[in-house]
Amino acid sequence: MPVLEINNVTKQFGGLMALDDVSFQVEEGEIRGLIGPNGAGKSTMFKNIAGFYEPTSGNIVYRGVNIGGKQPHTIAEMGIVRTFQETTLFQELSVFENALIGTHIKSRTNVFSAVLGLDRAKQQAASDKVMDVLEFMGLVERRDQLASELPLGSQRALALAIALVSEPKMMLMDEPFAGMNAEETNHMMDLTRKVRESGITIVLVEHDMKAVMGLCNYLTVLNFGKLLAEGTPDEIRNNDRVIEAYLGGA
Amino acid sequence: MNSAALKGKRGFTIQKLAIGVVGLIALLITPHFLKFHHQDLLIFLTINVLAVCSYRLVTLTGEWSLIHAVMMGVGAYTVALSVNHFDLAIWFTLPLAGTAAGLVAALLCFPLLRMTQFYFLIGSFAAGEAIRLIWVEFVGVFGGTSGLRGVEAPIVWGIDFLDPIPYFYFTLCVVSFCLLILYRIENSRIGLTLHSIHWKAPLAESVGVDAWRYRALAFILGSFFVGIAGGLKVHYLGSVTPNQFTIGFMVFILIWVIVGGYNKFYGPIIGVVVLTIFDESIRSFEVIRPAIYGGMLILSILFLPMGLESIPAKLKSLFGSDSAPDDQALSDQ
Repeated sequence: MPVLEINNVTKQFGGLMALDDVSFQVEEGEIRGLIGPNGAGKSTMFKNIAGFYEPTSGNIVYRGVNIGGKQPHTIAEMGIVRTFQETTLFQELSVFENALIGTHIKSRTNVFSAVLGLDRAKQQAASDKVMDVLEFMGLVERRDQLASELPLGSQRALALAIALVSEPKMMLMDEPFAGMNAEETNHMMDLTRKVRESGITIVLVEHDMKAVMGLCNYLTVLNFGKLLAEGTPDEIRNNDRVIEAYLGGA
Repeated sequence: MNSAALKGKRGFTIQKLAIGVVGLIALLITPHFLKFHHQDLLIFLTINVLAVCSYRLVTLTGEWSLIHAVMMGVGAYTVALSVNHFDLAIWFTLPLAGTAAGLVAALLCFPLLRMTQFYFLIGSFAAGEAIRLIWVEFVGVFGGTSGLRGVEAPIVWGIDFLDPIPYFYFTLCVVSFCLLILYRIENSRIGLTLHSIHWKAPLAESVGVDAWRYRALAFILGSFFVGIAGGLKVHYLGSVTPNQFTIGFMVFILIWVIVGGYNKFYGPIIGVVVLTIFDESIRSFEVIRPAIYGGMLILSILFLPMGLESIPAKLKSLFGSDSAPDDQALSDQ
């Protein structure tokens, strides 16, 4: 039974059909790739799932609940956490503090507990969790550095760490390999596999075909806001319609 | 936490403690060496410290409001009304002042926090003016432009608070207590969350932070504490008018916070203290005083964009060894 069902989702911006009646399902525990040429609607789809946009029509069902149009923080509480394109981090905070914000759902507190220090055990648990995840991501040595001082690869790893400490059940990764060199890409692929092995379902949008083909067990291809094809990497690689879309209709 | 970091932190605390003790003694004996007029000023300065610190809490989420001065007025009017009509003791009026300001802020959250940045700035200004107009127009309740008078100075345990020295000590206690709470909030999980909303609200939301609620929380808490500041003011002055809380006073709050530096907790305190003393020292140049004040603001923004609080770090990086000051600056943040 699929954990995430996209049912006939349409997103319209004025006259522009960013998503046109798209449906697909994501199974528990997979690494799903969402690919397509520029402007195909991949990021729009992500934003709809994560609650940053509300679908014009259609619904998005996560574990039996329609989450279409819910607030991002509500969806995060239900276990879906997204990462962002580029290096969206709290640049002026340290690596440790960045990851600590990720623990919000478990360690949020009220004013009285905060002032009186009644939430100390909770905050300690959050710090421990953060240290575990930084260890997992290989960022422990850099924990006191400012996020803005990290090299690109580590910034991406930190973005992943922020998402991971929130203990999501599903992670939406928006172009995690963009701008990376081969070595960084390989490292990031290893990290992504490790994340999946820890029991988190992953959906990723990515342009780096080598990474996508090597990582995903199933692909969904969008083109001009419509579902173009679905299948395993091998099937997609040999799909005429996909090749045509990417090479520009010869 | 590794042990080196811990040690560094503790060493820093002892230093801080020493400064604190010396400062406290200075504060306690200062009023005895001052003229009556300056004792007044010291009380208002102490109250304004609470006003700027509570304003800083509001700005932590990155939203600057123009309603803070009016919220101080809400607290002041609450105290004046509760003393004149119900003769309440100061132990009740001050929390009531904070609660009233907090409640007004909570109601205003719904229209105001739909906006951000410039829209929020203008919206908060308009809402503040609307409240001020209520004070002016509802003469029967709020006394119109001449405000409310005859708020009798409280007498606590036989001590008459009309006398500036005991009232200064009382104000100092209340303000210190409020600052302690504000400091604890800022350095708690809540403070971190407020910072996170400032730097990248979408990223914070993606891990479950309800940005609207935290903006509201900062706005309500900031208003609560400035309401108490307003209450302290009216207990001493004995009267309150709408003209005490105009946009003019709001601009002063902004100047104090910006010149002092809003990146650290103590920045605004430095700002309000230094500028109040400075303002008093140029009192003899009455006519050009605003010009001097304005010039000071421009200079400080040009040369000290991080505010007066950044001077020690700058001096250190100029004269100190090359590695130490950077470490210090980092661990300060």
